[in-house]
Amino acid sequence: MAQTIQLEVARYHPERDERPTFQTFDVPVHKEWTVLDGLNHIKDKIDGTLSYRWSCRMGICGSCGMMVNGEPKLTCATFLSKYAPGPVRVEPLRYFPVVRDLVTALGDFLVKLQKVKPWLVRREEKPLAEGEYLQTPEQLETYRQFSMCINCTLCYAACPVYGLDPHFLGPAAIALAQRYNLDSRDQGADERLALLSSPEGVWGCTFVGECTAACPKNVDPAGSIQQYKLEALKEWFTSLVSPRGAR
Amino acid sequence: MSEPTYTPYHPRWYRRRVSTWWWLGDWKYLRFILRELSSLAVAWFVLLTLLGVRAAAQSAAAYAAYLEWMRHPLLVALNAVSFFFLVFHTITWFQAAPQALAVRLGGRRVPDWMIAAPNYAAWLVISGVVAWLLLRS
Repeated sequence: MAQTIQLEVARYHPERDERPTFQTFDVPVHKEWTVLDGLNHIKDKIDGTLSYRWSCRMGICGSCGMMVNGEPKLTCATFLSKYAPGPVRVEPLRYFPVVRDLVTALGDFLVKLQKVKPWLVRREEKPLAEGEYLQTPEQLETYRQFSMCINCTLCYAACPVYGLDPHFLGPAAIALAQRYNLDSRDQGADERLALLSSPEGVWGCTFVGECTAACPKNVDPAGSIQQYKLEALKEWFTSLVSPRGAR
Repeated sequence: MSEPTYTPYHPRWYRRRVSTWWWLGDWKYLRFILRELSSLAVAWFVLLTLLGVRAAAQSAAAYAAYLEWMRHPLLVALNAVSFFFLVFHTITWFQAAPQALAVRLGGRRVPDWMIAAPNYAAWLVISGVVAWLLLRS
């Protein structure tokens, strides 16, 4: 018989509750069990009404992000044994509205993500006959780190700027904008400039840096934002001195 | 922007208000607030230096009065605290620099220490020169 650990899980039923409450469950701690395994145990064996998102169990899909003892974590990549003897507090990701139990509303992030045009923008497509857009390993390396983002929104839950100012574009959206800006095949940097260099864009960031600490894929959104601040500054300066003038 | 960039109101979603004191109770965020506040210490030392330069430019008596004022225990205590924050500011700034500067040489990103080291070196050299200027008499 494995040892057990207490999970204090946030519960919120939108039609019954004024605010979330905590419910305590005892779950077994096996060496290889993650917090997500604990939640699955609760749902399978104790209380089937517990709601939460998960899919791949291997840190790829980005759906099982939750606050574990106050820290934003992918619950599939966070081992229960690390928190022994417990208790472990599991809450929905901070700063997002709670739909039910551990499920948050991600609409805001998805709208923002779309605004930065996270796809390859071409002014003109080259004819198919000319073949692929080739890229050297060096060119790939300039943006590869930012392309690792899995949209898990842990960085938003780590970002007090986003918590205090819901207009802020946020870490992942900016990192993904940079992922395309730095791609040699992309020509959309000009189209992203106005939004990224607005007060809701990079200038909203005060460089708390916790987005980077929270990121499970080592994307370094904080770095991408500071790097873009330099870029925006260069653009602004060029627009001042160049005969082209302001855009 | 015409359309709102925030999540629209939904009567059944629970939203927690962010407390004014969100930065207390978690060292990571407290450290950030202290780092931001440390810029006040930087401003304070800039002001002190300007006052010192002004006093030195006015007369020997004015400069002596400035030095006397600087010896006041309250000011010494304030400067000790400010100096701590100044060092904290400098170190956290230099730590942050490599994250903001993605320099690429020969297709590879220059390692963090190569961005940070020149900053520390410049800090040491400039501090050394200033110390030499002040203490050489």
